[in-house]
Amino acid sequence: MLNRSLSKKRRGYEVLMKALMLLSVGLTAALVLFLLVYVLIEGIPNITWELISTKPSYLTGHIGILPDILNTVCIVIATLLIVLPLGVGAAIYLTEYASNKKVVGIIEYAAETLSGIPSIIYGLVGMLLFSNNMGTSLMAGACTLVIMNLPTIMRTTQESLKTVPQSYREGAFGLGAGKWRVVRTVVLPGCVDGVITGCILSVGRILGESAALLFTAGFAHTMLTFPTGMKSPGATLTVALYVYAKEQGEFGVAFAIAAILMVLTVIINFAATAVQKHFEKRKNI
Amino acid sequence: MKKNQLMEKVIHGIFLVLGLITVGCVLLITIYLVISGIPAIREIGLVDFLFGKQWASTATEPKYGILPFILTSIYGTAGAIVIGVPVGFMTAVYLSKMASPKVKSVIQSAVSLLAGIPSVVYGLVGMLVLVPGIRKIFNVPDGASLLAAIIVLAIMILPSIIKMSITALDAVPKEYEDASLALGATPIETYFRVSVPAAKSGIAAAVVLGVGRAIGEAMAVMMVAGNVPNMPDSLFQSVRFLTTAVSSEMAYSSGLQRQALFSIALVLFMFIMLTGATLNFFLKRERE
Repeated sequence: MLNRSLSKKRRGYEVLMKALMLLSVGLTAALVLFLLVYVLIEGIPNITWELISTKPSYLTGHIGILPDILNTVCIVIATLLIVLPLGVGAAIYLTEYASNKKVVGIIEYAAETLSGIPSIIYGLVGMLLFSNNMGTSLMAGACTLVIMNLPTIMRTTQESLKTVPQSYREGAFGLGAGKWRVVRTVVLPGCVDGVITGCILSVGRILGESAALLFTAGFAHTMLTFPTGMKSPGATLTVALYVYAKEQGEFGVAFAIAAILMVLTVIINFAATAVQKHFEKRKNI
Repeated sequence: MKKNQLMEKVIHGIFLVLGLITVGCVLLITIYLVISGIPAIREIGLVDFLFGKQWASTATEPKYGILPFILTSIYGTAGAIVIGVPVGFMTAVYLSKMASPKVKSVIQSAVSLLAGIPSVVYGLVGMLVLVPGIRKIFNVPDGASLLAAIIVLAIMILPSIIKMSITALDAVPKEYEDASLALGATPIETYFRVSVPAAKSGIAAAVVLGVGRAIGEAMAVMMVAGNVPNMPDSLFQSVRFLTTAVSSEMAYSSGLQRQALFSIALVLFMFIMLTGATLNFFLKRERE
């Protein structure tokens, strides 16, 4: 491959840079592979039906993670139910209604700021705002996560709204439809792909979140009763992993949870790519 | 007709409120942090608080100096950048310019997987692989140290750096590279001497994004850094970061101690706002 006519210095540079690049790529790939394989190998043997189908008992020292699984599901659903209307609404305002460029700039800047704030700060503010008012509970945790995920839903919806052709809107207006009717019948159906992508990304983020939930949703392992359970504290899978690993030294359970989280992360990643590809294909038709 | 117009106005108003929610959230967070962070700083004194070298919140004569946390956060972030940026940058150049489409898509999905792994999983693997590893290799009594935190942070910021650098490098106009190649430069020379300088604002933004991620990470660091409020004098010292200082005492804190924790969060928030502003500066330059 190398050009023989190059001077020694230039050839050395070529070889060095190429080696460094391949080394870096190899390192990155090896890291991902190691993390994936290590966590799965350590975790999967520890996943038993008993572990995932029972609740822990202090009397017998038995550990089960069913409450944590249910808490996670509940927090994901509650967060999405609240954040979707807010995020989609904000995106519709930005692309359809807002005419003042300054306002748009401020809102987008605020969204960027929100996505840069670390989760521990969300946890703290969530504790002050929600937990102090409604008690440490799943609901307080969900409310905190709503603020965290707002920028994600907003951005993905906005991006998909931008791909709705202007002529559709003009056509509807030309037929005498009012603004709200255009938004409802033409614009909203067009942002389904953005909403779905946003949901998948948000679910991934919620599953992985721990710092923001530690002080807002707490770390109780009690069995959840729906819907009153939203008012009681509960640990999600990540928080449970932290508690079992750091405070109780139960590494087997921690790895089992880690393996479950890892598999979910892989699934979510594939789902996000697949959804994006699917909608891109449809758009090209 | 009038009824319709009224309804349109109401709906416009509703959407305006929804649009302004993000602004409201940012204001709310800022105000809450400032209000709850100021009292302790007032009582302890700004200089004593920021530059005090000792943190002993539960002692009979409590000391609230957060210099150890600030320095640890700065050293830890700097270390993560020193390790993470070269690896991420080189990977990005390879993926953007040299890799075949298939390799590119495989590695890119691996990188997004890396970004999606929960931080507690990093912490867990760090606790059981990295910490004992450091103890054995360097022959120190405890491997839970600044070094372990730096390595975990370096891995955690890799995806942000790689993704953002690739975006910047992909956006370099093909003509620049063609001109360089036509003048006799080899492809690799072209990538590093033409494409990279052309994408430098975007790459700088990637680095700043990495800084923001590293400063703000709490759980993974909490599990591997040892969590003792020492001054970070050596890589093998057990240390506490700004983020972990907040979370490790929050559960049982009260009174001035609790207020001081909020002040730490305020300092952390200031750091984040600063990196955010820097990030915006570079992104703006990139767009121009």
